[in-house]
Amino acid sequence: MSTANKPKETSYIEAISQALWEELERDGNVFMLGEDIGYYGGAFKVTEGFLDKFGPERIIEMPIAEEGFIGMAIGAALMGMRPIVEVQYADFISCGWDQIVNVAAKMHYRTRDAVPVVIRGPSGGGLRAGPFHSQSPEGWFAHVPGLKVIVPGTVHDAKGLLKAAIRDDNPVLYFEHKYLYRRIKEVLPEEEYVCHIGAAKVQREGSDLTIVTYGAMVQTALQAAEKAQAGGVSVEVVDLRTVFPIDKDTVLNSVAKTSKAIMLYEDTRTLGIGAEVAAIIAEEGFEHLDGPIIRVSAPDAPVPFSPPLEDFFIPQVDDVIAAIDRLSAY
Amino acid sequence: MDIKPIEPGAIELLDMYYYMRLGRAIEERLELEYKGGKLPSAIYLGRGQEAIEVGAAYALEQGDVLAPTHRDMISQLPRGLTAKEVFTNHYARANSLTRGKGEANYQGDLKRGLFATVSMLPDFYPVATGAALAFKLRGEKRVAMPLCGEGATSRGDFHESLNIASVLNLPVVFVVINNGFAYSTPPFKEMKLSDVAERAHAYAIPGVVVDGNNIIECYLEVKKAVERARDGGGPTLLEAKTLRMRGHAGHDAAKYVSKELIREWAQKDPIDRFEKHLTNQGLLDEAGIKDMTGRVTQEVAEALKFAEESPYPEGQEAVTDVYRE
Ligand SMILES: Cc1ncc(C[n+]2csc(CCOP(=O)(O)OP(=O)(O)O)c2C)c(N)n1
Ligand SMILES: [Mg+2]
Repeated sequence: MSTANKPKETSYIEAISQALWEELERDGNVFMLGEDIGYYGGAFKVTEGFLDKFGPERIIEMPIAEEGFIGMAIGAALMGMRPIVEVQYADFISCGWDQIVNVAAKMHYRTRDAVPVVIRGPSGGGLRAGPFHSQSPEGWFAHVPGLKVIVPGTVHDAKGLLKAAIRDDNPVLYFEHKYLYRRIKEVLPEEEYVCHIGAAKVQREGSDLTIVTYGAMVQTALQAAEKAQAGGVSVEVVDLRTVFPIDKDTVLNSVAKTSKAIMLYEDTRTLGIGAEVAAIIAEEGFEHLDGPIIRVSAPDAPVPFSPPLEDFFIPQVDDVIAAIDRLSAY
Repeated sequence: MDIKPIEPGAIELLDMYYYMRLGRAIEERLELEYKGGKLPSAIYLGRGQEAIEVGAAYALEQGDVLAPTHRDMISQLPRGLTAKEVFTNHYARANSLTRGKGEANYQGDLKRGLFATVSMLPDFYPVATGAALAFKLRGEKRVAMPLCGEGATSRGDFHESLNIASVLNLPVVFVVINNGFAYSTPPFKEMKLSDVAERAHAYAIPGVVVDGNNIIECYLEVKKAVERARDGGGPTLLEAKTLRMRGHAGHDAAKYVSKELIREWAQKDPIDRFEKHLTNQGLLDEAGIKDMTGRVTQEVAEALKFAEESPYPEGQEAVTDVYRE
């Protein structure tokens, strides 16, 4: 077969670039703010070529001043623009914390004014990048009413959910997992599509047990499910996609079918997204359960640098298999 | 208050020369290992900045504290950081200063007056200012010195620190290493000022510009500020002009820096200049330079070997030391 006929595969990072590009083309109110996003094309090259196409009025390079430019994005959004902020690593979003949780998150509640701002950045570990370039900040923000938080785990969703975020009238935090950037590829639909914020997706159907997960752990869950299948256990993988708001129905429907649930997340254990989903299942799906809800997550520690430490820290396929074995005994 | 620091003598000058050479030799080796794919860590090189890195740190006394950034490994050498410690930390080994928990140059040791930096810039400007507050509250004649790049001076933390240190008259010497780039961004995109040191006026403290590639000037000007701070004269903002001679980090080929600019600054290499000075003073000759090359080469080779032969931490160590027991 000639490769010429093969449909083109898109990587996770290309999907993000495409979503930004298409939205910048579609809506003149959309513009970007961030460090090194112009001439350099961004630390991870997400915006390579954007400056040439859209010009310095829409691809605006910022000094190192996160609190300043996140606040500015909020101000421009209140004036009817649709700014997208790139933080160089998601970890640095902590420098703009106050503007996000106090100004953006609480505006509509008080005044009914829309704040259509997207703040996005590369999150997550696995790249030996140490405690300040590997964090999973979604839990910090999912706890703040007024914010929507997206962590896409597939190429398809990376594109469709970013478009949805840009079109949403609320402040949306979009954490792209940098481990996935160039590691996963998919053939995307040729026609335009937008995903729905707040809808989970069953990424693999199964009947014995449900894994609820999101982000890079979707891949880990799918690998574990494949392995478990060989051992005769049929695993369903529910990808939350949006970690706030949480799609309860998809989660509860799956648990109603399988009666067993594992929460898999890369963030630290206590008060993580999986802890919240476990609470939802315990409250609203109790009668379906045949065993304990098990969390497989990072431990309550900073993300360490050294390879053996980081491998211990980040949930691995074998950790998920161990949890599947444990739960299968019920 | 007019402070005239004592000119460094032969011993100090040759000592500073050693640290500059050691720093460069360590970085050259790190770069080689990084390009060979041997390092788990990123690298942030301070090549070209040796004069201000060593000159500033050397102006501190025992008991003073230094807060370097991601790029300032070389500044830690005069404070006692060893080549072995640099390599074990980059190699993520159990016996490194961070025990494998922190990467690259993100190590420290408070006993030696070295803060372990974090990425968020310039987080140690307020922290060092707080150290200075502790010194003042306890009546200790100690000085705190945070370093950061010109890019980091756009952040609020920088301005808040200068303001508070000024209001409370704290013993801090704020050193800004203006190396011409913040990742890919040149200063003119970050500020309208041509000198970062002008920011000092907003806080009514002295602002000083030095030639960051001239170690004697760096040392003497920083020393002046350090002694002023120690004597109760309050904070100073000191800007050293230099050029980052490598990319932002190991992966960055820095195509946005013109070759002419690099060529121009290579002519002003701080080590070459210092060697000429020392030679003119009769303190160094060809043989002395060769000896130094041998000395630092061997030190680096031993340190690298030591790091490579050192064990990694055990996985379970990931959860230790989150709290003090
Ligand atoms: C608050 C914050 N935002 C973004 C970054 C990412 N980052 C790392 S180094 C760097 C450039 C820093 O430039 P400068 O302060 O001039 O120091 P240099 O790297 O030149 O030594 C950037 C943007 C960071 N470390 N901290
Ligand atoms: Mg700089």
